[in-house]
Amino acid sequence: MLDVTSLQVRYGAIEAVRGLDLSVGKGEIVALLGANGAGKSSTLAAISGLAAWAGDIHFETKSLKGQSPEAITRSGIGLVPEGRRIFAGLTVSENLLLGGAVHAPPVELRRRAARMQERFPILAERRDQKAGLMSGGEQQMLAIARALMAEPKLLLMDEPSLGLAPQVVEGVFDLIASLRDEGITILLVEQNVPMSLDIADHALVLAQGRASVRGTTYEVAKSDAVQGAYLGH
Amino acid sequence: MDVFIQQTINALSLGGIYALLALGLAVVFSIVRLINFAHGEVMTVTGYGIWFILLSGFPVGLAIAFGVLAAIAASMTMERVAFRQMRGADVTTLLITSFAVSQIIQVLFQTGISARPVAVILPDWLTDSIMIGPVRVGMVSVLSIAVVIVSLVVLRLVLTRSVTGIAMRAAAEDFAVVRLMGISANRIIATAFAISGALAGIAAVLWVATRGSVDPLMGAIPVLKAFIATVVGGLGSLGGAVVGGFVLGIVEVYLQAFLPESILPYRDAIALSIIVGILVLRPDGLLPGVSTNRS
Repeated sequence: MLDVTSLQVRYGAIEAVRGLDLSVGKGEIVALLGANGAGKSSTLAAISGLAAWAGDIHFETKSLKGQSPEAITRSGIGLVPEGRRIFAGLTVSENLLLGGAVHAPPVELRRRAARMQERFPILAERRDQKAGLMSGGEQQMLAIARALMAEPKLLLMDEPSLGLAPQVVEGVFDLIASLRDEGITILLVEQNVPMSLDIADHALVLAQGRASVRGTTYEVAKSDAVQGAYLGH
Repeated sequence: MDVFIQQTINALSLGGIYALLALGLAVVFSIVRLINFAHGEVMTVTGYGIWFILLSGFPVGLAIAFGVLAAIAASMTMERVAFRQMRGADVTTLLITSFAVSQIIQVLFQTGISARPVAVILPDWLTDSIMIGPVRVGMVSVLSIAVVIVSLVVLRLVLTRSVTGIAMRAAAEDFAVVRLMGISANRIIATAFAISGALAGIAAVLWVATRGSVDPLMGAIPVLKAFIATVVGGLGSLGGAVVGGFVLGIVEVYLQAFLPESILPYRDAIALSIIVGILVLRPDGLLPGVSTNRS
């Protein structure tokens, strides 16, 4: 579904991603792991059109070269950004509305919002409240629900567990796994390696902008690099 | 007491005009980080539009509608021709671009029409005074307050009930994420300039009705006041722009009306000192914006 070839992302003199190859098959979760500054978020920024890049990115056989973030979203790629980035001054309902605004007519939008509120009851309770007043975990639910309003085929998730309490983190990973079970393809950027490897089908470990380890989650979990650096064996 | 009521109406009227102008500046600034000093020239376009239509013998209602539509068109044209090419540039580059646009339009009016003011003859009912209880007040002042209230209510409805309006409020917080929702950046920015133009047009109608004339530099001073109002209110905050506009109008009118004659020459210095005092106490303005994230 998504094929990234020889991807390079530069910020001035800094080369954040150096010739990365990456494939995400339909209906699977691919985890992109690595330390801070390894190039994970830059990879997502390139795929979603927020960073300039060189190389090739194809989504469902169409090249994303030169496409604006708006066009990329409309083609079926959704992003749950790092740090949630919900619209704090808008209500929960308004956040949801914007998530699907260009993807469906008003009647269908209302239907989708109702489905989201059924799935995340806290969003129904808080629908008229300013989103900035919610807790971190609730805001993460809103960020995910907002992205789902567009009914994306591919969901890019940038550190969805960052800064959340441990019991909330578990809920977030359960949710990601259930989204895959519903048929949504997911590229997951995470620093929580054990939980990511638990739910993903394939994984890549990035170091200094390159893939240092790749394979099925079993292969990646067994690799020396992951065992030593992340799993503490 | 009558004088106080009279001056309060005048203060609200002038403050309302500043509020509309400041809101126009803030709507654009909150999204594209541009302080559009050519906003004053949008007012001037309305002024000359009204003058031209009245001179051609058409009724005042048509002249006002034409003036406001001309302001919307002028504002959107500025965005399309000048500011879109500069999108993403730093604040200084945008500021210099807006000064250039402002100068070009001023010179076009000076050479194309006249450097001197031209009279705008308005119907008597608009320039007369009316009695409200025991107080005599200008019709324009009363109309100004009503028009400002209606404009603010309509703007609020647009910003809270329409998808584009909600997207504009979101864009003021985090434009990059709004684009990730698939919402067109061009559409949001063009709408912001259209709203800004409409507000400048309405403010210009009230300004021209008060002055009775139009000249190429007509918008320069009001836009400077509007800029001060946006800073006092909180740069980028829409509510702040309205509050800042009213604060500035009230300070100006009350000082003019109630300062002893011997101190009156220092009116502007005192007004600016009050503004500086507000900013010392609240450096981010009276109602700072929510914002935020832009990448």
